[in-house]
Amino acid sequence: MNIFHHAIQIDEAKCVGCVHCMRVCPTEAIRIREGKAMIIQSRCIDCGQCMRACPAKAFYIKQNDLKMLQDYKYRIALFPAVMIGQFPDKISEEQIYQAMLALGFTHLMEVEQPIKILIDLTKEYLQETQVSKPCISAFCPAVVRLIQIKYPSLVDNIIPLKAPHDLAAHFILQSLMNQGVKKEEIGIFYITPCAAKISAVKSPVGDQPSVVDGIISMSDFYNKVRQLIPREEETETSSQRKHLTREGVLWSTSRGESSRFGNRAIAIDGIHSVVKFLDRLENDEVQGFDFLEMRACDQSCAGGILMTGNRFTTTERLEQRSKNYPSYREKELDKTLDKHKLTQCLLIDEIKPYNAFSLDDDITRAMEKMTKAQRIICFLPGIDCGACGSPNCQALAEDMVQGNAKMSDCIFLQQRWQHEARIGVEKAFLNLEKRWGEGRFNADCNKRGRRNEGF
Amino acid sequence: MIELRFILEGGDFDRAGTASSETKKILKQLNIDPRVIKHTVVALYEAEVNIAAHAYRGEVTITVSDHQIVAVLKDEGPGIADIKRAMLEGFSTASPKVREMGFGAGMGLPNMKKNADVLEVESTPGSGTTVKMIFDF
Ligand SMILES: Nc1ncnc2c1ncn2[C@@H]1O[C@H](COP(=O)(O)OP(=O)(O)OP(=O)(O)O)[C@@H](O)[C@H]1O
Ligand code: SF4
Ligand SMILES: [Mg+2]
Repeated sequence: MNIFHHAIQIDEAKCVGCVHCMRVCPTEAIRIREGKAMIIQSRCIDCGQCMRACPAKAFYIKQNDLKMLQDYKYRIALFPAVMIGQFPDKISEEQIYQAMLALGFTHLMEVEQPIKILIDLTKEYLQETQVSKPCISAFCPAVVRLIQIKYPSLVDNIIPLKAPHDLAAHFILQSLMNQGVKKEEIGIFYITPCAAKISAVKSPVGDQPSVVDGIISMSDFYNKVRQLIPREEETETSSQRKHLTREGVLWSTSRGESSRFGNRAIAIDGIHSVVKFLDRLENDEVQGFDFLEMRACDQSCAGGILMTGNRFTTTERLEQRSKNYPSYREKELDKTLDKHKLTQCLLIDEIKPYNAFSLDDDITRAMEKMTKAQRIICFLPGIDCGACGSPNCQALAEDMVQGNAKMSDCIFLQQRWQHEARIGVEKAFLNLEKRWGEGRFNADCNKRGRRNEGF
Repeated sequence: MIELRFILEGGDFDRAGTASSETKKILKQLNIDPRVIKHTVVALYEAEVNIAAHAYRGEVTITVSDHQIVAVLKDEGPGIADIKRAMLEGFSTASPKVREMGFGAGMGLPNMKKNADVLEVESTPGSGTTVKMIFDF
């Protein structure tokens, strides 16, 4: 089952099969096969933990080329406000905007500019009496996917409203088309802080396709912009930011949403904290809350996997910056825009659960497999070392009943079999090489993972 | 058929919830309807907390077959003198200490009744209580 687009890819040539990624994956989506990491697609939520943990930089993200800009007359850069936060203080907002324009864009749109619309809609939704509380924001696509595949009973708690980048895309599209621009002439490029947002654009939760035309990685973009920063502020670009608000600037940082909604709201950042919280929420152990902001990255989007700046200084710069902007309460929506139409574009029709952890679609067969796995577990050492290529003993047992692993993959079990003379030394070694690659265990001073390599 | 077993200690609120969490994980792997899982987990959690709050020790047995989940929680404890009364919303004998921890609203048993398809409570005052719940799917 591969229903989601995945942005994260593994470069096999670079992967050294070191199990770092497998250990940190919150959904046990990674296995090592023939010495290389592989992703179980149905379980991947694109949170980027693997990419962060990889010492060999073997994970990469598919993105579009800036050359694509040439295809459009109106070239729009959609980017989250955290982009600005990455730069050192001495580089001004004006300078950053000018450098972005110099890259070839005609319009710059911080995605949180029209945030008022989303705030109002969310507030209305929270007022409705029949909604499942606590309501969970759909802001972070990694969290939405996580709920879909692992917490199916909580999908109804997700607020069916799209994220700021969708809103901003429709907002600018509508503004330009109101001025008589044709749709084909407009190219919308989203500068993404993470892999999850890419997947959200390529395969949105609802059914309608996204209006974004291209995706550019924030890290590449940052480097290019950095090189084009002018010595001095030359032109005035503030008209490009005319809708920006204090709340908008802080939206993608931690508590950006939760501080706006509900009497009782919680903000959680970091995917492992999110997992723990959802576990408790699903048991009904947490009660009395109206709104949950949950973000996969530590320090929310300031800590996105494609962000260059330090996440703490990024957040601080945004806090300072927000003081220069008025509150959304003081902003009026552009009269020429059709608010109803924008609202329609923001609704998600249905968020479906996709349980990625069932052993079998058929209950009887699933039960047989589970019984078998429980028997297998008795033989495994419970050391959770990962040397079998599965993240822990339980996962290995499950992989076995699915036909994706063998008893002999457990190195301790093999050792015992040798001790009991049930398997030859030669055979045991061949088994190891099969899992980890031929020659993997030869002495080699240049092997990745040797001393002082930053592992 | 799958069988799971857990041991609970009276007064141990930290561990109350282990049986429901573990059971939940297993039920998801068995691809059981999320709604049934939710009912089971919620009712089981209440029953676990009751052992932590009111009894000395207990044993939980969960059996999953192809059409239902049966949960039996057998404890050694003071037992319940008047089960009918205990089933009423708001009835509670929880100690002040337990109340301080946020329990003792007298909603546990009613909540179990709401979530389980069958709820049977048997008790011998002075010796212990057995709670049996069935969830059909
Ligand atoms: N396992 C048990 N052993 C002894 N007494 C029990 C047990 N379970 C319930 N009771 C009795 O039944 C009463 C009602 O239980 P119920 O679970 O409905 O409410 P509670 O536990 O007091 O409060 P709440 O569940 O809302 O935190 C309890 O106060 C207690 O007197
Ligand atoms: S917290 Fe922000 S940057 Fe991180 S995965 Fe979620 S949306 Fe992306
Ligand atoms: Mg109770």
